[in-house]
Amino acid sequence: MPLQGFLGGIMIGVAAAIMLVAIGKIAGVSGLLAQTLALTPSKSFNVIATSFILGIPLGALLAQYFCGPVNSFYPSSFITLIVAGLLVGFGSRLGSGCTSGHGVCGLSRLSLRSLSATCVFMSVAMATVAVMKHSGLSQ
Amino acid sequence: MNGPAFLSLISGIVFGAGLVVSGMADPKRVRDFLDITGAFDPTLAFVMGGAVTVMAIAWRVQNRMSSPLATEKFDLPKISPVDRRLILGASIFGIGWGIAGLCPGPALAGLVIVPDKAIIFVTAMVIGMGLYRFIDTRFSENNARKEMR
Repeated sequence: MPLQGFLGGIMIGVAAAIMLVAIGKIAGVSGLLAQTLALTPSKSFNVIATSFILGIPLGALLAQYFCGPVNSFYPSSFITLIVAGLLVGFGSRLGSGCTSGHGVCGLSRLSLRSLSATCVFMSVAMATVAVMKHSGLSQ
Repeated sequence: MNGPAFLSLISGIVFGAGLVVSGMADPKRVRDFLDITGAFDPTLAFVMGGAVTVMAIAWRVQNRMSSPLATEKFDLPKISPVDRRLILGASIFGIGWGIAGLCPGPALAGLVIVPDKAIIFVTAMVIGMGLYRFIDTRFSENNARKEMR
């Protein structure tokens, strides 16, 4: 699996590189999603952000068409999905980015803010998984 | 559809396909990476490694360009210092990411893989973003009022 991981990672990097070099924007999914839904100070319809956001499920569909269906195990509990979604949405906006913006685009730019954010969300997420596991909180 | 929007759509498609190929569209794989006390799955590190390598080259290229290939100017975040909002936001994000193994990109890809569950997460995520927008707007209005006094 590491090989597929690396290959998929290169594709994600190429996608982010197109956004940077051709369009001049950061491929940060949380920011672009917020712009698509007009949840940022700029009120005008953002066609670039919207195209990128629509492209993600489209690309996932194409990849499944060509490579076959993939496994995807989601948490079974409705409450888990709701709570996690709220935290991810709120936190990514307050922290100005998520795994793509800080983790991929920011780290490679050697941004101190992105390095800090990535270290924080990685370690907090690891701690969260450990606490859930050992307190018997299943999904 | 104009040129930049088309390129952006292509970029989104490659991004979404990359998430599926890498295995990161599966929240279980992500949680197995985050589970350092259990059956640790290193895949996410390889994904990040691949993506960061390509982007490191892209930043070098960007450095020598005066404008992007298809638009007039670069629209990039300014280099600013680490502040409380960043750390608090990343912490809240990290808790949510750990609970479900989902972040925004994979959740959007999930809409065509496990639609019934992904739609619940994505809806909650959008509400979370809206909640931030609401609080942020209120907060800056209050600050502006204080300054006027």
